[in-house]
Amino acid sequence: MDTVEAKNLVKDYGDFRAVKGVDFTIRSGEAFGFLGPNGAGKTTVMSILYCMMPPTAGDVTVLGMDVVKRPSAIKALEGVMPQDDNLDPDLSALENLIVYARYFHIPPRLSRPRAQELLRFVELNDWADTNITKLSGGMRRRLILARALINDPELIILDEPTTGMDPHGRRAVWDNMENLKAEGRTLILTTHYMEEADRICDRVAIMDRGKIVCMGTPEGLKDSTGTRNLEDAYLKLTGRRLDEGHDA
Amino acid sequence: MRLFNPKRAFRVWQRHLKVYTKLYLSSLTLNVVEPVLYLTAMGLGLGAYLTEMDGMPYINFIAPGIIAYSAMFAASGECTYGTYVRMTYQKTFDAMLATPVNLEDLVTGEILWGATKSTIYGTIIIITISVMGLVASPLIVFAIPALLVAGIIFAEMAVFYAAVVPGIDYFNYYFTLVVTPMFLFSGVFFPIEGLHPVAETIAYFTPLYHLVNITRGLASGALPWGDMLWLLVCVVVLAPLPFYAMRKRMIK
Repeated sequence: MDTVEAKNLVKDYGDFRAVKGVDFTIRSGEAFGFLGPNGAGKTTVMSILYCMMPPTAGDVTVLGMDVVKRPSAIKALEGVMPQDDNLDPDLSALENLIVYARYFHIPPRLSRPRAQELLRFVELNDWADTNITKLSGGMRRRLILARALINDPELIILDEPTTGMDPHGRRAVWDNMENLKAEGRTLILTTHYMEEADRICDRVAIMDRGKIVCMGTPEGLKDSTGTRNLEDAYLKLTGRRLDEGHDA
Repeated sequence: MRLFNPKRAFRVWQRHLKVYTKLYLSSLTLNVVEPVLYLTAMGLGLGAYLTEMDGMPYINFIAPGIIAYSAMFAASGECTYGTYVRMTYQKTFDAMLATPVNLEDLVTGEILWGATKSTIYGTIIIITISVMGLVASPLIVFAIPALLVAGIIFAEMAVFYAAVVPGIDYFNYYFTLVVTPMFLFSGVFFPIEGLHPVAETIAYFTPLYHLVNITRGLASGALPWGDMLWLLVCVVVLAPLPFYAMRKRMIK
């Protein structure tokens, strides 16, 4: 079964059409990346997949359920790593995970050992009782990743997982993502790091100004455009460099 | 609009309780200071110049009003500044909404938490004035559920306001134009029957006036059913506002 199916997905913010009718399917167990500059519509697509907002038009099903009709049931099976840091600043690293687990009705008796295991997974076990305001930016990103896994999700949505991280932290998160993939979980991520997409993603969709300009395996995209890396493939497909951003 | 799910709303409430017990529980008794200052300044200071108010010593008259005032400020503060900070600066709402918690669950949790603080703060004052010997009837314990009901109203109003303001500075207006006038003109310090008929009518439609009637009635052994009914109706009538406004703000 496909994990995500989107047909003619449209999203408007007032008069601005952020996503202009995109179609894609994401298969169970694959790592799928949305690439593109800021303003391409990646984060909007992700927010719709975790039911933060409804699509303006089109059909979107996640894990066989309609995002408009069954948001709570979908979100129960998803893990979300948002772009923003929205950890609870009043709580320690461990408390952040335990409080978050409660939203999934996981009692502390079960979430505490799970949280400790996840803190080891992201190498923050020495910081369990530290207030999160004392953690570095990279450590907080890793804690947000750990938090996204508290409900043992089959689908993990990562919006710019490594943006703003130093090379060491980035590599650590890449290792984490590869481990999650090896466990058979479905990963959907957005990134503007081509190296990240190349390393993690089985398939990528390149987005530009609210549209998917092409979709395929990283190798396939490089072959079809006759380029050696995804950066050049992107330039060839859109006529712009990835870091140029959106100029709407 | 969706209906809220009680179990998920409870999870939101539980998060607020966790943060509160971790950070603020130790300072709980400090919340008595301001109400007690009003009570002593007005009750004893001003009261020294008054023979009696409504047939009782002035401090006994205002003591039950202070319960109501304390409850109003607790929910109003929590669901304006507190809610707004969670919504914008801390992005706690975004974090919760990425879990099974939906917006209606979240709003319900905010309101119930505000009402819980009203109940806690009001109850502390009940205990304080009882210890001071200012309460004539044990019926005052029935004020506790009334604090919860009135707390829901104050929280509904505050969450609605938090959902529509463009910035945190706008809460000054809410306190200056809504909370403080209610505090001064809803019968806490003097019976509203002495006001101009227009002011009296406005006062009648404030939730604080009815809560004051309830606490003052119970403190002297009466059962003010009419005011209780008024509050319950008010809870229902105001309920759609915070949900509608929050959905409009949060869901793009």
